Amino acid sequence: MNYIETDGVKIVLRNFGKIDPLKVEEYVARGGYESLKKALTAMTPEAVIEEVKASGLRGRGGAGFPTGLKWSFTKKDADQKYIVCNADEGEPGTAKDRLIMTGDPHGLIEGMAIAGYAIGATKGFIYCRGEYTTSINTLNHAINQARENGFLGENLFGTDFTFNLEVRSGAGAYVCGEETALIESIEGHRGMPRFKPPFPGGAGLWGKPTVVNNVETLANVPVILDKGADWYKSIGTEKSAGTKIFILCGNLRNTGALELPFGMTVREVMETYGGGLLTGRDLQMVHLGGAASGIMPPALIDTPLTYEDLQAVGQGLGSGVILAIDDQKDFMSYICSNTHFFEHESCGKCTPCREGTARINEILHRIAAGDGTLEDLDNLKDLGEMMQISALCGLGQAAPTPVLTSLEHFMDKYVEAVSGKKNEVNEEAVATEAIHKSYYEAAPIKLD
Amino acid sequence: MGCCQPIDKVTAIVEQYKGEKGALIPVLHAVQKELGYLPKDALETIAAGLNIPASEVYGTTTFYTLFSTKEKAENIIRVCESGPCHVSGYQKVLEAIKEELNIEVGEATEDKKFYLEMTACLGVCAEAPAIMINDKTYVNLTPEKVKALLASF
Ligand SMILES: Cc1cc2nc3c(=O)[nH]c(=O)nc-3n(C[C@H](O)[C@H](O)[C@H](O)COP(=O)(O)O)c2cc1C
Ligand code: SF4
Ligand code: FES
Repeated sequence: MNYIETDGVKIVLRNFGKIDPLKVEEYVARGGYESLKKALTAMTPEAVIEEVKASGLRGRGGAGFPTGLKWSFTKKDADQKYIVCNADEGEPGTAKDRLIMTGDPHGLIEGMAIAGYAIGATKGFIYCRGEYTTSINTLNHAINQARENGFLGENLFGTDFTFNLEVRSGAGAYVCGEETALIESIEGHRGMPRFKPPFPGGAGLWGKPTVVNNVETLANVPVILDKGADWYKSIGTEKSAGTKIFILCGNLRNTGALELPFGMTVREVMETYGGGLLTGRDLQMVHLGGAASGIMPPALIDTPLTYEDLQAVGQGLGSGVILAIDDQKDFMSYICSNTHFFEHESCGKCTPCREGTARINEILHRIAAGDGTLEDLDNLKDLGEMMQISALCGLGQAAPTPVLTSLEHFMDKYVEAVSGKKNEVNEEAVATEAIHKSYYEAAPIKLD
Repeated sequence: MGCCQPIDKVTAIVEQYKGEKGALIPVLHAVQKELGYLPKDALETIAAGLNIPASEVYGTTTFYTLFSTKEKAENIIRVCESGPCHVSGYQKVLEAIKEELNIEVGEATEDKKFYLEMTACLGVCAEAPAIMINDKTYVNLTPEKVKALLASF
């Protein structure tokens, strides 16, 4: 994966490219496992949670929930608790967690052990997507090394704290990134989300209190304990503390992942690090945050990349994807490819999402085929709003976001597609649809 | 294929994981790695060995796109069709593969050497378009590059 070097402060990628990720001694030489030692020998679990709370760290998996608060909500008395790392990285456009897992696996392992100590979990699972074979191998190698060197296992640093870690491989299902679906999958079932409550902090994996955190979130933790909450809070903005890995992709001169403090605008990042668009091209839109986030029009690209500023303009940071799309790309075929994704990935457990994703996809493909009407646009909006309020999990609630935000900002393109030039077939979108059809036919063959 | 019948290998894998919590998915991965796919008798052996209803084993298997209940081919090609690959032109790469192998998506070549399917994001979006062949990911592809890649198999 392309990595873009910056001059600024690095937290989760501090060791990236500077150490051999397969050698624990190189991680240790750069201060590795000192934070774990500090937590276990000089801090109470409550003090660790307070420090993380004070740092302002928010979950990097997409929802931005305050991490310390989540830890403090974990049920106190239980015979067994679990810390689970969400390494499913399924959000299209997201290519950051694999950088951490392959470039600095011990940073994640140390973060998990500290989190385990804080919440009282003696066992952790890293649920890594099945396609990431290198990440899985690297993590397993690092876990063995950590165990051999006394950073995992029993009586760590001479205390009575025990912590073990296991990697579990996903098997290709986007919905398994949703925390309760992920838990179902580790338990060995179909990855279908559970009703909440109970929340995982009360009853999660095998019914035990469980915290699920993203890779990038956990990789921040050792640095917060090392340098302190005040130092961490001084980076970024008041409500978005620290750094974030952004993934620049699409129609830019330079593409790659980079770690930046929160606060630069979308335009600044695209121009400074992405090198802007190719000569002679104009920006059509930015799909910011991943497939389930909003479509941003050029008029909004001076918004700072923070949770609060993006929320104020109806957009979201998601997992940090900055997908630039230039004016040569066909609008409707892009939207269709997005709705196709959600129709395919809906797990089918609840009706609003199972039917909603299918109908939205069908309507958009009909519009692209030149058979749309103005009424279709109203129906898209109704369907999308219905899903936002009634779908069971985040997949169905967020799936209509790209359609709704693009209806808001690109109504002219939709109106053009359904009127005036009516019956004009969008060749590109129809070709994409043909690919999709053959995709469905490739579904598994039934036994007998 | 060595000393034993495929089904004995399945039994051996099941034995190895027996008693572990949430063993089903790791077992399915291990068996598919061994056999290339998950045939009906393997699923039945797994169900009996782990004491899980066969219907549940089948339901779980078919929920996940990385598991296959049918024999596909020696090499499985997965072309990423998610947003970043879409705007970086995966379509041309896909056309080149179809043309070179003379198959459609969801088909295997006659000699059972390649099987072609689509996938969602492979997590290398800054180097799009990308494909996976078996467990390796190939990036920054063009029609020319992908043809040369296929020829190397
Ligand atoms: C459909 C869906 C997919 C998700 N995929 C991921 C993912 O791949 N990785 C991730 O960390 N979080 C993902 N999430 C968010 C998780 O449910 C959860 O909020 C997150 O792992 C919590 O960790 P954090 O607080 O550290 O961000 C997904 C959510 C939904 C609804
Ligand atoms: S919203 Fe969609 S993915 Fe979530 S439970 Fe309902 S059908 Fe499944
Ligand atoms: S979109 Fe193709 S690799 Fe991410």
